[in-house]
Amino acid sequence: MAKARVKVPATAQKGEVIQIKTLIPHKMETGRRKHKKTKKLIPQHIINKFVCKFEGKDVFSADLHAAVAANPYMAFYTRVEKSGTFNFTWTDDKGKTVKASKKIKVS
Amino acid sequence: MKITKWTFFSSIVGCVGVVILGIGSVSGMNKKSEYERRTEDPRNKKYTLGDKHSGYVVMTKQTRDMQDDDFSNPAFLWVDAGEAFWNKVQGSKGKSCASCHKSASKSMKGIGATYPVYDKKTKKMVALQAKINSHLVDKMGAKKIKWESKNMLGLAAYINLQSRGMPMNVSIDGPAAKFYEAGKKFYNQRRGLLDMACKHCHVDNAGKMIRSNLLSQGQANGFPTYRLKWQKPGSLHRRFAGCNKQVRAKPYKRGSPEYTNLELYMKHRASGLPVESPSVRN
Repeated sequence: MAKARVKVPATAQKGEVIQIKTLIPHKMETGRRKHKKTKKLIPQHIINKFVCKFEGKDVFSADLHAAVAANPYMAFYTRVEKSGTFNFTWTDDKGKTVKASKKIKVS
Repeated sequence: MKITKWTFFSSIVGCVGVVILGIGSVSGMNKKSEYERRTEDPRNKKYTLGDKHSGYVVMTKQTRDMQDDDFSNPAFLWVDAGEAFWNKVQGSKGKSCASCHKSASKSMKGIGATYPVYDKKTKKMVALQAKINSHLVDKMGAKKIKWESKNMLGLAAYINLQSRGMPMNVSIDGPAAKFYEAGKKFYNQRRGLLDMACKHCHVDNAGKMIRSNLLSQGQANGFPTYRLKWQKPGSLHRRFAGCNKQVRAKPYKRGSPEYTNLELYMKHRASGLPVESPSVRN
């Protein structure tokens, strides 16, 4: 899996609601497509879980299924009370994980 | 004539009609052209140089928003692929681009602003993609890659990105001069069933609508560009082929001397405009 993209504001006010955007390149093979030449079904290979934690606590998580399109884009809102690090983890069917992290300064 | 309720009624209708027409023509005069509406954006100043302007200024605001944010610019998915390719070993000689060129942000800076260049070996102009392929084959013992493949688009976007913001500065000195003239001739030559030259749209009618598209000046400073129509990035030569097909002319191949010379002419014509790769266009 390739590098993930994450957008988190660098600074925020205490108690402010911020928007976090994430994007990860991934084919999200549904398992329903047939190979053009062999006519066999191409096996499913998708990202099935996304978790965002702030200082160890879960902020947002999602279970993805085959209907999610390629290069899943997920944007969500969260309220920040203190400075810290957001950690993002994507897990796919083959058990591979991609991680990313971003710091935010809250004043 | 006899004044009946009919004459009274029709005269009211007549007056209302005149008033409506009057309002219509007044608002028509105040109505902004599509070109005026799109070019109003203050961001356009960065991409305008005197009479010259990049395709950026004739896009819709939403397209500009997409280009300005590296997160939402879809071409960056390909830039990441290009970066991965840059660092990956290709071919029999066990080298990657990085083996010789090290960090692209240093070694490739300015490349996007100066290609195509004159190649002393083949004695012709060479476009960036053609240069990459000759490197792959001759210096790395690897196979050529197709111009519109994910890897080539990614590499071209990644390399051109390193020159983003630098003014276009393609040289037409010395041996390049005659190829520049050939490109200029192509630009002004009528072709196809519709018997049109590049200049008919991009010089004579830039700023006007062609069906539902607002014509740009056809400056080439943003390639490879993510074209919303293609839903993927594409090379300048792909666009040439598209333009040729639109006037029902037989297109030339990617990397052909015709298109490489045309690229030289167009990129020199865009001198001074900032490199925008990878741009987002309609």
